[in-house]
Amino acid sequence: MLKVWKKVLATGNVTEPWEKSVPPERSRGEVVVEQHAACKGCKLCVDVCPTKAIKLYEGSPVINQKACVFCGLCVESCQDGCLKQTSNYKLATLGGSLADNTGSELKNKIRRVLGRSLHIRHLDIGSCNGCDFEMNHLCNPVYDIQQYGIDFVASPRHADLLMVTGPVTRNSTQALMMTYEATPTPKLVMALGACACSGDQIFGESYAIRGAVDAFVPVDIYVPGCPPRPQAIIHGLMLALDRM
Amino acid sequence: MKDYKTIPAAELRETAYQLYADGQNGLMSMFANDERQLNGNYAIYCLFSVGKSMQVIKAVLKDKGKLEFPSITPKISGAAWYEREIYDMFGLKPVGHPDLRPLALHENWPQGIFPLRKDFNSQTPVPTAKKEFPMAGVEGEGVFTVPVGPIHAGIIEPGHFRFSQAGEDIIRLDAKLFFLHRGIEKAIEGVPIERAFYQVERISGICTIAHSLSYCQAIENIAGVTIPLRAQYLRALVGEMERLYNHVGDIGNLCAGMGFAVGIMAGARLKEDIMRVNEALTGHRFLRGMVVPGGVRLDINEQLSSEIRSMLDKLMPDFDEMIELFRGNDAFLNRVETTGIVPRQAALDLGVVGIGARASGVDVDIRRDFPYGCYSALQFDVPVYTEGDVAARLWVRVDEVAQTVKLIRQILEKMPQGSLKAAIPAIKPYSSGFGWCESPQGNNLHWLMVGENNTVYRLYARSAAYPNWPALTVAAPGNIIPDFPLINKSYELSYACVDR
Ligand code: SF4
Ligand code: SF4
Repeated sequence: MLKVWKKVLATGNVTEPWEKSVPPERSRGEVVVEQHAACKGCKLCVDVCPTKAIKLYEGSPVINQKACVFCGLCVESCQDGCLKQTSNYKLATLGGSLADNTGSELKNKIRRVLGRSLHIRHLDIGSCNGCDFEMNHLCNPVYDIQQYGIDFVASPRHADLLMVTGPVTRNSTQALMMTYEATPTPKLVMALGACACSGDQIFGESYAIRGAVDAFVPVDIYVPGCPPRPQAIIHGLMLALDRM
Repeated sequence: MKDYKTIPAAELRETAYQLYADGQNGLMSMFANDERQLNGNYAIYCLFSVGKSMQVIKAVLKDKGKLEFPSITPKISGAAWYEREIYDMFGLKPVGHPDLRPLALHENWPQGIFPLRKDFNSQTPVPTAKKEFPMAGVEGEGVFTVPVGPIHAGIIEPGHFRFSQAGEDIIRLDAKLFFLHRGIEKAIEGVPIERAFYQVERISGICTIAHSLSYCQAIENIAGVTIPLRAQYLRALVGEMERLYNHVGDIGNLCAGMGFAVGIMAGARLKEDIMRVNEALTGHRFLRGMVVPGGVRLDINEQLSSEIRSMLDKLMPDFDEMIELFRGNDAFLNRVETTGIVPRQAALDLGVVGIGARASGVDVDIRRDFPYGCYSALQFDVPVYTEGDVAARLWVRVDEVAQTVKLIRQILEKMPQGSLKAAIPAIKPYSSGFGWCESPQGNNLHWLMVGENNTVYRLYARSAAYPNWPALTVAAPGNIIPDFPLINKSYELSYACVDR
C-alpha cells in the first residue's frame, strides 16, 4: 500500500488542458487546397485517394473530410502544389438538431440539460478499434475527460450521448438500433471517425457493410479522422455543448 | 514455400494427419480459394510448421463434384474455426466436423449464399434473413445461462458470450463473434495491390503494423523483391514500437479487470507517452502511413532517434516501478495466479500463438523461428512461462517489454544507410505466397494470390487473435464470472482482427 501511495505522489498531476499539446511536425491532419493553386485538372489526386474522398469541382480539388483518412497521398501526387497537409485536427461538424443556427428550442434544451454533465455510451458497430482506443484514451490521466463533467457509463439507459464507431455492419445493425432505442431522450449521437461518418468509403463496397451511421439514426456530431486523436474528440464534444 | 503439395480433397484428412504427426507439427492456418476461373477447382490450403520449415497442403475440389471434404478437426482441434469459416464463405462442407454452426455469417444471412465465391457479386443486395443463431450451452439441474454482450459495459469491442453456470462456477463458455465483420477480404478483390494496402492497414488499429508487414511481405515474397536494408530496420522499429505501446497499455488494462485504479492509470499514462513518440516518428499515433509495399514512406533523423531514446530512458524506471506495485502485492497476485489456466497440451492442440502460447510453456516466436526483415541480425530472448494462468501471461508481457526496448535500442544503433523503397514490378498473374510477422498478440499470417495487372485476387488474413480466441473457452471454465474480464484481458484479443 505504501508503495502505491509513493507512486501516486511521485507521479503528481499529469493532466493537460485539451488544447495544450501541439501535434508534432509530421502529424497528418486536415488536407487543405492552396488558395492560389493552379489546378490543371489532371485528377492524379482523385485517382490516388484510397477512400474516394477527393473530387474535382469547378476546376479545383474538393475534399470530403468525412471520408478522408489523412494519408497524404493526394498531396504527394500533386505536381502543382495545390494541396497541403496541415496538422489541424479541429474538424468536427454538427448535424441533426444541433446544426440549425437559428437557436432552436430543441438545441437550447439539449444544451441546457446536457451541457454541464454529459454521460456517454460507447457503441462499436464495425470499427477497426483505432477509434475505440482513442476514445479509451480520453479517460487516461492526460486528457482526463471527467474534468469537463463528461463521463462514460455502462448502459445506454444512463447515457445522454452515443459515441458510435465503425461503419454499420450487417451483424451489428440490430445492436445499433436497440441501443439507440434504449437511450432516453433527449439524446445525442456522435459518429466518431471516418468509418462512422462515411460508411463504406474506407473499406469499400462490401456485402457485410450497410452504410454510414446517419443512414440508420440521426447524427448530431461528426468527428472525422482515422482515428480522430483524443483532442479531436474533445473538440467535437465542446462544439456540440457550445463550450468552446 | 511457394510449392504446394497438391492432392484431391478426399485425401485431405489422411495427408494432414500424417503431416500433423500427432501434434509434432502444428497447423498454422487453413483457408480456401475459389480457383474455378483458373482451373475449375476450389482449393483448400493447410499451412503446417514442420521443424524449421513451413509446408503447405493444397486440397482441390472439382467444381462439378460434391462440394465436401473430410474434416480434419476430429484430430486437429485447431482446425475447428478454419473449417467453419470455409463452410460459411465457400459452402465447402467439412464432413465429420463436430460443430458445424455458422461462424462469421449471422442469423441475418440467407442460406446458400457464399460471399467469397467468385460468382458472388458484391453489388447484388443480399436479403436479410431471420434465422436462429444456435448457441451451445450445458443443460441440467441447477445449471443456468448468463448471456453477456455484444454491447459491454466498458469501452471494449463487441462479442456475445454465453456462460453456462453451476453456482458461481463457469462450466462452459460459448461465444458469438464477427459483429465487426466488414468483409474486407472480398471488398479488396480486384483492387490494385498497392492501393488495397490502405484497407489492409485498417483491419485493426492496434495491429496496424502487423497487418501491414504481413501483407507487404507477401507481395514482396511473390514478386521476389528484397527491400532496402534501411527500410527493413525502419519496419522493425515501428513493429517494436507497436509491441511496446500495446504491451504497456495491456498491462495497465489488466488492472481494469480487477478495479486497481493506480495500475490502470499508470499504464494509460505511459502508453500515451509512447503514442506521442509514434506520432512524432510516423505522423500517426497508431503508426499508420509508415510501411508501404516495397519499403517505408518516411525516414528517421538524429533528432527523432534521440527523441525515441529519451522516451525509453524515461519509460523504463517508471514502468519498473509500476510492475513493483504488482509483484509484492498479495491482493493482486491472489487474483491473477491460478486464474484462467490453459494447460500446455491444450495450447498445442488449439494452435495457440504469441503470448498465449508462451505463457503456457510453448516456445514460439515467429521473429526467431522464421525470421523476416532484419530480425536475424538482431538479438533478443523469447520469454516462456509454464503456469498458463493470467499471471504467466502478465509476466510474459512484462519481460517482453524489456526485450522490445532492447530491440529498439539495437535497431537505432545499427540503422544502416540506404534508400527507403524498392519498386514492385509487374507480378505474374495468379502467383501466390505468404507473408508473416509477430504481432503484439502473436504471429500474424497473410496469404495472397495476385490477379491480373497487380490486383488482389484473394487475400486471406489470419491474425493472432483468431487461433487464440478458442483458448478462452478453455481458460474460463472452472473460474467464477467476475474473473472472466481478467482472463479476457490477459489475452487482450483484438475482435476487429478476428472478424475482419
Ligand atoms: S489525404 Fe488521403 S484520404 Fe484524404 S483526400 Fe488525400 S488521398 Fe484521400
Ligand atoms: S475511422 Fe479509421 S480508425 Fe476509425 S474505425 Fe475506421 S478505419 Fe478504424
